[in-house]
Amino acid sequence: MSDPVLQLQHISKRFGTLLANDDISLTLGAGEVLALLGENGAGKSTLVSILFGHYIADAGSITVFGQPLPRGDPKAALAAGIGMVHQHFTLADNLSVLDNVILGSEPLWQLFTRRSAARARLQAVAQRFGLGVDPEALVGRLSVGERQRVEILKALYRGARILILDEPTAVLTPQESEALFAVLGQMVAQGLSIIFISHKLGEVLRVSQRIAVLRAGRLVAQAQAADTSQAQLALWMVGHAVEAPQRRPAQAVGSPVCVLDNVSTAPARERLLHASLSLHAGEIVAIAGVSGNGQVALAELLCGTRAASAGRVQLLGRPLPPHPAQLVPLGVARIPEDRHAVGLVGDLPVWENAVSERLRSPAFSRWGWVRRAAARAYAERIMRAFDVRGGGPLVPARALSGGNMQKLILGRALTRPKHSAPDSPSPGGAANPGVPCLIVAHQPTWGLDIGAVAYVQAQLIAARDAGAAVLLISDDLDEVLTLGDRVAVIHAGRLGPARPAADWQREAIGLAMAGITGIPDAAQEAHT
Amino acid sequence: MRLEKRSQSSGLALLLAPVGAVLFTLLVSALLVWWAGADVAQTYGLLLRGGFGSVFALSETFTRAIPLMLTGLAAAVAFRARLFNIGAEGQLYVGALAAVAVGGLHGGTGFDLPAPLLFGLMLLAAALAGALLLLGPALLKARLGVDEVVTTLLLNFIVLLLVSLMLDGPMKDPTAMGWPQSVALMGELELSKLVAQTRVHSGLLIAAALAVAVWVLMKYTVLGFDIRAVGANARAAAFAGVPVTRTVVLVAMLSGALAGLAGAIEVAGRTSYLTLDMSPGYGYSGIVIAMLAGLHPLGVVAASVFVAGVLVGADSMSRAIGVPTYIADVIVAASLISVLVATLLTQYRVRWK
Repeated sequence: MSDPVLQLQHISKRFGTLLANDDISLTLGAGEVLALLGENGAGKSTLVSILFGHYIADAGSITVFGQPLPRGDPKAALAAGIGMVHQHFTLADNLSVLDNVILGSEPLWQLFTRRSAARARLQAVAQRFGLGVDPEALVGRLSVGERQRVEILKALYRGARILILDEPTAVLTPQESEALFAVLGQMVAQGLSIIFISHKLGEVLRVSQRIAVLRAGRLVAQAQAADTSQAQLALWMVGHAVEAPQRRPAQAVGSPVCVLDNVSTAPARERLLHASLSLHAGEIVAIAGVSGNGQVALAELLCGTRAASAGRVQLLGRPLPPHPAQLVPLGVARIPEDRHAVGLVGDLPVWENAVSERLRSPAFSRWGWVRRAAARAYAERIMRAFDVRGGGPLVPARALSGGNMQKLILGRALTRPKHSAPDSPSPGGAANPGVPCLIVAHQPTWGLDIGAVAYVQAQLIAARDAGAAVLLISDDLDEVLTLGDRVAVIHAGRLGPARPAADWQREAIGLAMAGITGIPDAAQEAHT
Repeated sequence: MRLEKRSQSSGLALLLAPVGAVLFTLLVSALLVWWAGADVAQTYGLLLRGGFGSVFALSETFTRAIPLMLTGLAAAVAFRARLFNIGAEGQLYVGALAAVAVGGLHGGTGFDLPAPLLFGLMLLAAALAGALLLLGPALLKARLGVDEVVTTLLLNFIVLLLVSLMLDGPMKDPTAMGWPQSVALMGELELSKLVAQTRVHSGLLIAAALAVAVWVLMKYTVLGFDIRAVGANARAAAFAGVPVTRTVVLVAMLSGALAGLAGAIEVAGRTSYLTLDMSPGYGYSGIVIAMLAGLHPLGVVAASVFVAGVLVGADSMSRAIGVPTYIADVIVAASLISVLVATLLTQYRVRWK
């Protein structure tokens, strides 16, 4: 390794009782891609936040190009040549690419911006690293991949020599990810250094030279990418061996449970256009796609929080009721995309969140009064059965970790109250009365650690095997291909045909996610 | 400086926060007293004695606390659901207006109904008037996203003009020598005094009972859950099947009704007729009280007694020494700010660079 451009020495950071970073020392060489690997909560974000000056370390020091970096000063980090590309972009949609790039790098008290000089410099940087983008294009009109390029350009324009990329592929199609990796290659070849944060093992091995693994705030291992394997990395990351979920195809596919017939939703942030799909008992239909292409509309439609503007949605032969309070008693289990904003009411205690969907059923309320004992018992049953840890039924839901929140939501969706048989007139689809007839799972494993991912996936498979129809909407192509019995791709609100997973090539899915499809019209629903 | 979220609030911090807030309030106010040239200890002593030091002081404090309790409850209930009802002042006045309309001695008589029935009718009318006044802003918010802070605030001024119109017109007391005041309430409808020779009346019991009722509603009923869920996270509440629009409308009716009752009880318990200066801003003080109470219905009872005591005590103190009564406003305002800051500090820590 050449001279280190960046040295972190004995960085520690404590939040209350949580030791987020415990004596971490790392070096980054010139022209090196260092992957920072770890589960959610392992301390990756804290570490780069300290590096970028958002947090102040309790102990330790940082040296950049031989100079000590002042603590807690993002401006100093920028000046020292550290650039950061956040997972959630920090761009102004209503400004052009050029304006976004020069925003903040121009002096405040200056009557005119030197646009032509700035444009020339931007184009030089773009050319040097192969980051082609039109400087005058409005950022709001760019695709996600292009916006990410603008973010990277912004950092490079400011003279970044060390680039931190936080989960950069989370929002990209496989092809866009490949393009990003090519750009990273060019940057490294020209002597820049990159810290690449990820929890995707394959990607980390593919893109980086060296990998540092964090677990529970500690640096547990460092290895050359060439000398390690996915299994080894997973072991370091989790601390124990994890069985990757195995593809297990559906055994007994039953009758249709939910049928979408040429359904559209009203234009909103995302919409659905002429979607047709049928979900059968005992199978998982997985929807792949880059987020923002209509997944939200599809999920909300089936969760009862958005109405169809055209077409028919049928559940067990009858029109799908348009309200969650009517859907849940029919046996629709719903796992929303955003557990913080939609799944749970963070300020309310765990037990109230556990019964919130069914509070109106006679099992949990009578004459408007909550049957607290029954509700508490139900919550405790869910917490036991789904191993929800983190403080018992009385703590506010926001105090739970992401994995425990998801287990709570999963438990709530999959557990029916004990004496609530009369609340649903025996859904014809599901053979087992305790099993939901339809499960709508939108990004059910997003942001979870490997253990929780495996748990959630196993629960979905178990529910399928018990006779539930499962709709899985996921950005994670691996998840789609592992769990889906049939796979459909959604792009720009149009849902492609759901074909058996075995018939899909990875490349074909990637192309379909980008809107390039060999099938003439998505409306030709091939399913029978 | 910057704020960092604490991973956990320690029990000690939660205990010390209100104590620190009170000490800080007293310190800030003491500076002003000292600046006014008065003896700080003597001023505080007089203030305390004037508010809480005798049966008379306490009776005055509780009398003042009654409308504050009800407007405080109105604000606490609405704010819990994130319906920012700034219109309790207007709802109080329409409540008082409705009470006089039902129970007033119009043309020297009144409705020919048994007194208990008429009393119930009077309270119902006041509650309904307050509720209906807030219904419009609530529907505008739920359906069209119109900011209820603006609509409820502006309605206050419209209501005051309406009251002015009524007091100079149809409801004017012909025997009031031209003063704009309403006809008096029928004597049978006036609330009994709790302690002889004082002004404190049985409206205190009604207000306290309503505080308990609201607390029970919030804690033990489905509607209470709906209100808390909508206020904490409306999207998640809707996802869980809470009828969000209906909840907002019901909360508005409840909040408006409580403020309307404040007006009726003030007329029936204290003034017996309505004037334009009946409320020295009880509706707005209700917001302060609700915040001081952390939006807890039982906390509202304590907070309204505290604020009323400070106001009454300051009146008496300023008569004895030359410190203006404005010190009461300063104390109430400073206590609100320091309670809010103290609450913030239990959740965040301050880092100095």
